[in-house]
Amino acid sequence: MAVDPNKLKVILVTDCGSTTTKAILIEYKNGEYRQTTRGEAPTTVEKPFEDVTKGVLNAVREVEELSGRKILKGDDIMTPAEGMNGVDIYMSTSSAGGGLQMMVAGVVKTMTGESAARAALGAGAIVMDVLASNDGRLPHQRIERIRHLRPDMILLSGGIDGGTVTHVAEMAELIGAADPKPRFGTSYMLPVIYAGNKDAREIVTKTLGEKTALLIKDNLRPVLERENLKPARDAIHDVFMEHVMAHAPGYKKLMAMAHEVPIMPTPGAVGLMIQSLAKADDIAAVGVDIGGATTDVFSVFYGLNEKKEREATFNRTVSANLGMSYSISNVLAEAGLENIMRWVPFELDEADLRNRIRNKMIRPTTIPQSLEELQIEQAISREALRLAFKQHKEMAVGLKGVQQERTISDAFEQTGSGDTLINMMDLNILIGSGGVLSHAPRRAQSALMMIDAFEPSGITTMAVDSIFMAPHLGVLSTVNAPAANEVFLKDCLVRLGSSICPSGQGKEGQPCVTVRFTRADGTKVDENIKVGEMKLIPLGVEKVKAQIIPAKQFDIGAGKGKEMEVTLEGGTVGVIIDGRGRTLLLPTDKKERIRKLNEWNKALDIYPTK
Amino acid sequence: MAHAYTPGLKVTEKAVIKKDRRLPLKGQVLVKVGDKVTADQVVAKTELPGNVQTLNVAGLLGILPEDVAGHMIKKPGDSVQKDEAVAISKGFFGLFKSTCNSPVTGTIESISPITGQVILREPPLPVQVRAYVDGQVVQENPGEGVVVETFGTFVQGIFGIGGEVHGQIKMAVGDPSKELTPELITPECKGKVVVGGSLIRIAGMKKAAEVGVSAVVVGGINDADLKALLGYDIGVAITGTEEKGFTLMVTEGFGQMNMAKKTFNLLKSKEGLKASVNGATQIRAGVMRPEVIIPLTDGGQADEAQKQQGGMDIGMAIRCIRQPYFGLIGKVSGLPAELQKLESESHARVLEVTFDDGTKAIVPRANVELIED
Repeated sequence: MAVDPNKLKVILVTDCGSTTTKAILIEYKNGEYRQTTRGEAPTTVEKPFEDVTKGVLNAVREVEELSGRKILKGDDIMTPAEGMNGVDIYMSTSSAGGGLQMMVAGVVKTMTGESAARAALGAGAIVMDVLASNDGRLPHQRIERIRHLRPDMILLSGGIDGGTVTHVAEMAELIGAADPKPRFGTSYMLPVIYAGNKDAREIVTKTLGEKTALLIKDNLRPVLERENLKPARDAIHDVFMEHVMAHAPGYKKLMAMAHEVPIMPTPGAVGLMIQSLAKADDIAAVGVDIGGATTDVFSVFYGLNEKKEREATFNRTVSANLGMSYSISNVLAEAGLENIMRWVPFELDEADLRNRIRNKMIRPTTIPQSLEELQIEQAISREALRLAFKQHKEMAVGLKGVQQERTISDAFEQTGSGDTLINMMDLNILIGSGGVLSHAPRRAQSALMMIDAFEPSGITTMAVDSIFMAPHLGVLSTVNAPAANEVFLKDCLVRLGSSICPSGQGKEGQPCVTVRFTRADGTKVDENIKVGEMKLIPLGVEKVKAQIIPAKQFDIGAGKGKEMEVTLEGGTVGVIIDGRGRTLLLPTDKKERIRKLNEWNKALDIYPTK
Repeated sequence: MAHAYTPGLKVTEKAVIKKDRRLPLKGQVLVKVGDKVTADQVVAKTELPGNVQTLNVAGLLGILPEDVAGHMIKKPGDSVQKDEAVAISKGFFGLFKSTCNSPVTGTIESISPITGQVILREPPLPVQVRAYVDGQVVQENPGEGVVVETFGTFVQGIFGIGGEVHGQIKMAVGDPSKELTPELITPECKGKVVVGGSLIRIAGMKKAAEVGVSAVVVGGINDADLKALLGYDIGVAITGTEEKGFTLMVTEGFGQMNMAKKTFNLLKSKEGLKASVNGATQIRAGVMRPEVIIPLTDGGQADEAQKQQGGMDIGMAIRCIRQPYFGLIGKVSGLPAELQKLESESHARVLEVTFDDGTKAIVPRANVELIED
């Protein structure tokens, strides 16, 4: 249904998260769109309610109370707005009930398997497993896996158009033999989207047509050199609405309430917003949302396409078991105790830390009361973010299996197919979201957590999502992109400032970088940073031209020892100069490490002094 | 403001407890509404489709996939025995024939002319669902299972491992602050639900498995000991399928922690009675906690004058669930409405708690749980 964006002056959006349903009201006032009121309530997809709309109505009631606007008439949302009654449109995103959980299958794990995973992740799904002919498992092990996982849907790909059909047929036979049952309901058939070699469509239909709700779409890798993910992504979204949502508790009612715009998976909506921001400013962006159970990473980076034109590539990964509450123990399991301990700025007994982490896992809604507890939680978050970003870099790669024509100069660059697209020196903005980043008591803490975990190089602007509004704005962008962008920039993004992180290594105490600029009020800054030092230069929300002069073994983006003139952006924190070098190495000696951590924390005014 | 939900673990002497006993797939329900059932009794059964095996007949016989059907001795739907021939090659002039034998007993499900694979399905796997608690069937879900109701004591724990077991309650310590050491786990504990105090270490857990204890209920465990027992680090708290010889239920948390007096005394008062214990824990959407259920035969009135979940009033009993007061139990003595700044500099809604020794503290509301009466 076409929505006229010009008629949208009062907009209500909800996001049904796994634990909390958040409602925001956006209003057009004084010539601009602003987020004006926010309400939240526990999500009610589980027992005893088993009806997601109950939580939605509770959150909306809070918006009513706080805004004074009458929105509900019984259990219905009044549209359109008239004076202080009703809203012009209501829309929603959702990840309640575990979000959209998929399995994907391809022929070669690093080629069509990876393309299928990218399609699913980009559509906002959690990819539970990637099946491929060469995944090292025996056929019966793959069948057991399909039966055990009970995904919401399967995306089957494989083969380029006109290529061999045997392996695709084999994967289809395995899915058919597994006879998988979907998560919700026992009476309907599992949706399977086939987006592989077009020559295998008949065979796939014959094998799966009667056993599953099969949907045929264009091949997502029609030729080796190109991905065509959109048809598969669109199909995933349609199936999500028709099958998964329609069978989840209360969603039929929610779909009726938000009838003008389809409900979108939360991570899909956040991805849209990150892409929209990168596109509007033509910049490379990384966004991260660290939650209780999962950590999502989004990125937009630029590369050259087949025609050697600059082209943006969007990637999203979800680390399904890296989070700060439900999955906190998995951070310990994956990172190891030593890696977590290296960020704790005081002596701590290892057994005690292990027990504290477990206690957070079993009581996930608690908050750090003492400073020590906060420091431990922020230490763990660094490792969760680091691991999630590592996984992202492994997934955000150029197409594998592609023969590239190379010139002599390319050969010196040592880049090629299958290399990560993430180049931290090219990154313009790093955006953090999720409780531990959005609600850190001091914004400088969020900035330092992101710097430590992501290790940005060169000049990077940093920001946090103030109240996790990105999903709401992502779905809004589908009907009114300018309004979504306006609210995103004015109310959602809290700009922290810029980080200056020279890449390279040096001996502690040697010169690292010099930074010179003049603030709008005329005050001059001229800072010389030594290796191993960190410094915070306060700079409010303003842009300044700065001269950055790295020492000869350090690179700030123009090459080793080459100075640059750049635009620095200020914010609630200011400009952080990080003289610790890249790759970031912490002292191995415990006492020295604690001393340095405290020195850096003090330099950036991270924690209160007792 | 929206209603603030405060979690709480149920520790109730008399309650009506309903347990949903459901099959993973549709099947047959063996009891009817009104039937009295015992914990061990099978109330529903079904058969899961058998495991699938693939047999690469084309590859094994060295023939083209499209020719496989012509070499098959068995057709789809036929049953086969393990090692029985399912396909045979024609050979040269009737000589040098190769046969392809079934790796399992089952049925031929399909023959693919594209991949040359034959799919074999093993016999169905029987699944039985037991009543788990002594009680009465109060609801039948045709083809899916039943709801069993019992009247008794219900104690919810915070974390556990292992599945459904039952046995008589046996108190191994006289005080909730005492550690459940190996020497306290005697041969008399075999088949029993053994209640300890503040901690059980790996030596104690090994002894429990050796003796054949049915379940251990204890205040705390150390994470390192749990890892030693399981052999791996738990990633997310989804448990219940571990097979370590006994089921474990922790009532307070990780570390040495006195079991709440109320919980301890309640279990003590039921010593000798039969209890059903489940260690399954799932701390995700649809939270599931471990539990002890002790059916009571003397009837009486359920303590259903339970506080409404979520409401918190002055005088209510609470347990602190995070440092620096972790594990301490007290009563709510103040509920300031305004947000307060914590030592961590976070702003949070707080409460004032008066601990058992009379001292007071300010604690975020998110860091306590109600101890239900």
